[in-house]
Amino acid sequence: MTTAAAPADRGAPELVAPRSPRQRTKPGAAKARSNFELYAWVFMRISGLLLFFLVLGHLFIMNILDGGVQRVNFGFVAGRWASPFWRTWDLVMLLLAELHGTNGLRTVINDYAERAQTRFWLKMLLYTSAFLVVTLGTLVIFTFDPDL
Amino acid sequence: MWSWVAHRITGVLVFFFLFAHVLDTALVRVSPSSYNEVIEVYKSPIVNLLEVGLVAAVLFHALNGIRIILIDFWESGPKYQKQMLYIELVLFVVLLVPAAYRMLLHTAETLFGSAT
Repeated sequence: MTTAAAPADRGAPELVAPRSPRQRTKPGAAKARSNFELYAWVFMRISGLLLFFLVLGHLFIMNILDGGVQRVNFGFVAGRWASPFWRTWDLVMLLLAELHGTNGLRTVINDYAERAQTRFWLKMLLYTSAFLVVTLGTLVIFTFDPDL
Repeated sequence: MWSWVAHRITGVLVFFFLFAHVLDTALVRVSPSSYNEVIEVYKSPIVNLLEVGLVAAVLFHALNGIRIILIDFWESGPKYQKQMLYIELVLFVVLLVPAAYRMLLHTAETLFGSAT
């Protein structure tokens, strides 16, 4: 919790609004720290709003619209990915969902893993898996071959 | 409080599914038959039921996420957070029931025969 210095004779310290940018000029501050957590917080809200439409739309098309999952096969994917619109949709959805989920799990790990070592290794595992998913998914969308 | 807990649990569940889902979709790059084989699993009755669970998890997380955004950015958001929770839960049921019906219809007909 970031708190501004309280007047010496008052009890309660002044509370800074949550997620407000860090005070860089405060006297006595050892080193300016980054606003990463603020940007992560903003990213969760923006990506969340976009994912609301991208993911619910995806679920509706794939699981509910004419025949749902029963009609999905290689030919169906080839038909969809013939259109740049659906490739773009899937790529944006992949990147936003993976980053949104990675940041969410980062928060969960920070909250519940109590040992510093455990937190470190769980986050390394998380970032490795995120890198793999983003790389593999992007590669598949860009190099898809309908005549395979 | 419990909606915060449910938001975390559904978020983690959906994240793990996303991992598996990108891997299974990546099979389109291996061969049409291996992709089709894995997609057949999604069409089986038990996994079909799990998909309804996935849709429920995503739907809750999505609706509750909108509520969180409104609490954070709408000036009256904190004041109406409880009312928004009730609206969210009504929307959750109203949207999930027809979705589950449509998703399970084929499975039900396969298992128990067509109603018509």
